[in-house]
Parts: sequence; C-alpha cells; structure tokens
Amino acid sequence: MAEPRKIIRSKDLSFWQKIYIPEIFKGLRITLSHIFKKKSTYMYPDERFKPPASFRGRPVLVEENGEERCVACGLCSRVCPALAIEVQASETELEKERYPVKFEINMVRCIFCGFCEEVCPEEAIVMSQNYELVFNSQEEAVFGKDKLLTPTTRLHDRLEFLRQYR
Amino acid sequence: MSIWIPLIKIAVIIGTILNSVIVLVWAERRVSAFMQDRIGPNRVGPFGLLQSFADVVKLVMKEDIIPRNAYKVIHDLAPIISIGIAFSTFAVIPIGNSIELFGENVKLQVADVNVGILYILAITSLGVYGLTLAGWSSNNKYSLLGGLRSSAQLISYELSMGLSIIGVLMIAGTLRLDQIVELQASYIGGWLPAWNIILQPVAFITFVVAAFAETNRLPFDLPEAEPELVGGYHTEYTGLKFGLFFLAEYANMITSSAIIVTLFLGGWHFPYIENLGISPFWLSLLQVGAFCVKVVGVLLFFIVIRWTLPRFRYDQLMNLGWKVMLPLTLANVMGTGLVILAWPWIRNLLGLT
Repeated sequence: MAEPRKIIRSKDLSFWQKIYIPEIFKGLRITLSHIFKKKSTYMYPDERFKPPASFRGRPVLVEENGEERCVACGLCSRVCPALAIEVQASETELEKERYPVKFEINMVRCIFCGFCEEVCPEEAIVMSQNYELVFNSQEEAVFGKDKLLTPTTRLHDRLEFLRQYR
Repeated sequence: MSIWIPLIKIAVIIGTILNSVIVLVWAERRVSAFMQDRIGPNRVGPFGLLQSFADVVKLVMKEDIIPRNAYKVIHDLAPIISIGIAFSTFAVIPIGNSIELFGENVKLQVADVNVGILYILAITSLGVYGLTLAGWSSNNKYSLLGGLRSSAQLISYELSMGLSIIGVLMIAGTLRLDQIVELQASYIGGWLPAWNIILQPVAFITFVVAAFAETNRLPFDLPEAEPELVGGYHTEYTGLKFGLFFLAEYANMITSSAIIVTLFLGGWHFPYIENLGISPFWLSLLQVGAFCVKVVGVLLFFIVIRWTLPRFRYDQLMNLGWKVMLPLTLANVMGTGLVILAWPWIRNLLGLT
C-alpha cells in the first residue's frame, strides 16, 4: 500500500509571501486566466451529450430482421442484481425455437450494471447510449418489449464496441 | 435654486443604483461562472441579462415568513435600516463636475456637504445596526452569531478605514469630497495624474481591504459564512425582506466602489481630457462617464477577488484588523505628517518650484 502523501505546510514563508498582496495577484492571475478558457458546460436541451460507445445507458433488446435476437433463456433475469428483468418464454416456428412472450425491465430498479449484457449468450440485450429516462409513475417505468426493441442500425456503436473489447 | 433639482438628482441616483444592482448581480454570476469554466445564467433575455429581473419577481412573490418568537417590529425594521443606509451614503459622492443645464449651474452631487467624509464614515457605521438587529431579532442562534460577528468585524475595520482616510485628508486639507476630487485633477511634474493612489498607496490598500470588510464581501464575509452559520444574519428572512438585504449588500458594494474612486482614483477626473478643448457641457458628461467606468472597474475587482480568495478564519480576521491594518494606517498617518512638515525643505533640496 502506498503511504498517503503528506501535506507539507511550510512555516517559514518569505517576506513577499508574508505581506500577502503579491500572492493575491498570483491567485488573480489563475482565476482570470480561466475566464478565457473553454467552458465545459453543455447547453443541454440545445446541445446534447453524445456518449462514447463504452457508455452504459438504458438496456435494450436487439432487433434483427424484425425479430428480437433473444431466445428467452432467462440468464439476464437470473444475473440481474436488482431483480429488474422479467422474462416469459414460449416456442416459435423460427430457427431459434424459443422467444420471449413477455420481456420487461423495471427501469426504476435497473442499476445500469451491464451484467445482463455480459451474460447474454446471443448478444440480444445490450446497453444503449440513451440516458434520458423520465417517468411519471411506477407503472410507466416498467418497459415492455414495445419500448425495448431497438433495430441493430441504431446500436451499431455498442455492438462494434462489444465485438472489439469482449 | 428650486426644490426640484435635488429631487431629480435623488431620483436619478436611486434609480441608477437599483438598476446597476440588478446588472451587478448578473455580472457577478456570469463572471464567477466564467472563472469556474461554466457559462452561467444565459437563458432569460439577451446573454441572460433579465435573469435578475426574474429573480426579483420571484423574491417579491414569495411568502414573508416571520419566526413565531422573533421581535416583529425590529425584524421588519432591520432590512429597512440596511437599505436606507446603503442608499443615503451615495448622497455626498460627486459623480461629476458641475454642469450647465437649463440656464442653471447644477452640481453633480446630491448633497454638497462640507463634512462629506465624516458623513460617509458616520452613515456607514450605522450600517452595523441593520445586520446586528436582524441577527438579534430573529431569535435564532446562527442569526445572532452572524449579527455579533458583523458588529465585531465592522467596528474593527472602521478604525483602519477612518485612519486610512486621514492620510488623504492631510494632503487635501479639506473634508469636502468635491474639493478632494478637484485637487486630484492636477498633475505631478506636469504629466502624472495626482491621484491619491499615487500619493497614498498604503492608505489605498488599507482602505480597499477595509471596504471589503465593511461590505461583507468574500474574504471577510464571516457574518454570513454559510458553512458555519447557515445564512448568518439573514437566515430567518424570506421574500422581499431577504431581497432588501441582498439589495443592500450590492448597493453597499457600489457605494464603496464610488468612495474608493472618489478618494483614491481621481473621482470624475479623466487624465489629459481638459487640454482637448471640448465644450464644458460635453466635458462634464465625459467626466461622469469616466467616473462610471472607474466604478465599474472597481466593482469587477470586488467580484474577481470574491471568487479568488478563500474566507478568513475569525482569528485571522481579527489579527489582520488589529495587528496589521491598525499599525499600518497609524504609521501611514505619521509618515504623511512628517513628509508634509518637511515638504518646504524637500522642495528646496530637489529644486522644485
């Protein structure tokens, strides 16, 4: 373990430091120089933050060729530490044989840990870049398949990121 | 002279102060934001200039809460004292030379008092009543502490404020502010403006420090130190009465800047302009403009200092006031006196006329 750095306060200040006024002007130089620096504020509703691909926003279901990739294995629901995901499986004629009849994420419970994305064998649930979550009630916060399904085109950044770093 | 001219002057001065307070609050928020790499209020009106108006409307509409155990009369009176004093100090400050208007020679000063400086010192000393009574009448520990701190601080710094002015008085030989400004409108050696900041640098520094303490601005804002005292003396104030304290703080800032400009920065004097041969009317107006520019400069200095320096600890404040400022101002008075006594001799020695 590294020792915490000791704060050294020098007791023998020089004459110019003691009369304090030159030090005030040093401080002023720093603060005044900041006036002309680039501001870090986003003017929010006009100018939005575009998160990087590694950003973990609202979890969504990946929609490919009009169908969800999800095979309703329930792993995400098992791994979710906040118990936010509920999956009900059923059979389908398609190649994947199983699909979720009901897939709900309670966004009030979700903690954006990304475990569901990590555990998913089909890369069917991923964290999107959407961070604007507003609800008026608890019921509204439960997102069903209608809100979760997102076409691959809109998740391109994240899927690319997962391919590279996982 | 008719009664109307002073009334118009009062109306103009109060109107100007009220409006400049609004701009000043906006400027403070914008400058502080820029210094912290933020943008600050920029939504209401162009560049957010109307933000302060919106805040005023909000303050006026708010409920006025008076604590059950407060001393109601004094609780109401305290903000009025504060604001009244903040405005009345401005009465003696000459914002320009006399001006020819409608065939009358109008002095650009509300009250031409022959003890101008004494009036300023007397009135600003009363300012402590507003804060102390506010703290006491609220019947709240934090308010009381804030009020006590303000009285201790103001009394300590009043001494050095008064003493630093004495150096200026000894040079000017008058208490009239208009004459002090006129004396500064000359030149040393024909080119250097004889402003008191050059003749009395030590007095200038001590006066500015004392002015910060008198206006409760940041390195000395112990009466309302929010981490220790919630809100200080105005903890129990809401709505319009809180707004009055807020207004008084900023009006005090403007008044202090005007006093600093008048006493040390040459007042309405704009160097070298009188040689250009402009007509007296426009010259006077330009001088008023010069005064305003100087006041704005000092106000910006107030703002920038506030967001640069951390707050003093209470013992540091008292140490500075009594152990540094007081001896320094006394030494300045002594030194100025010696130089004035020896001035004929020095002049002969240097061969000046």
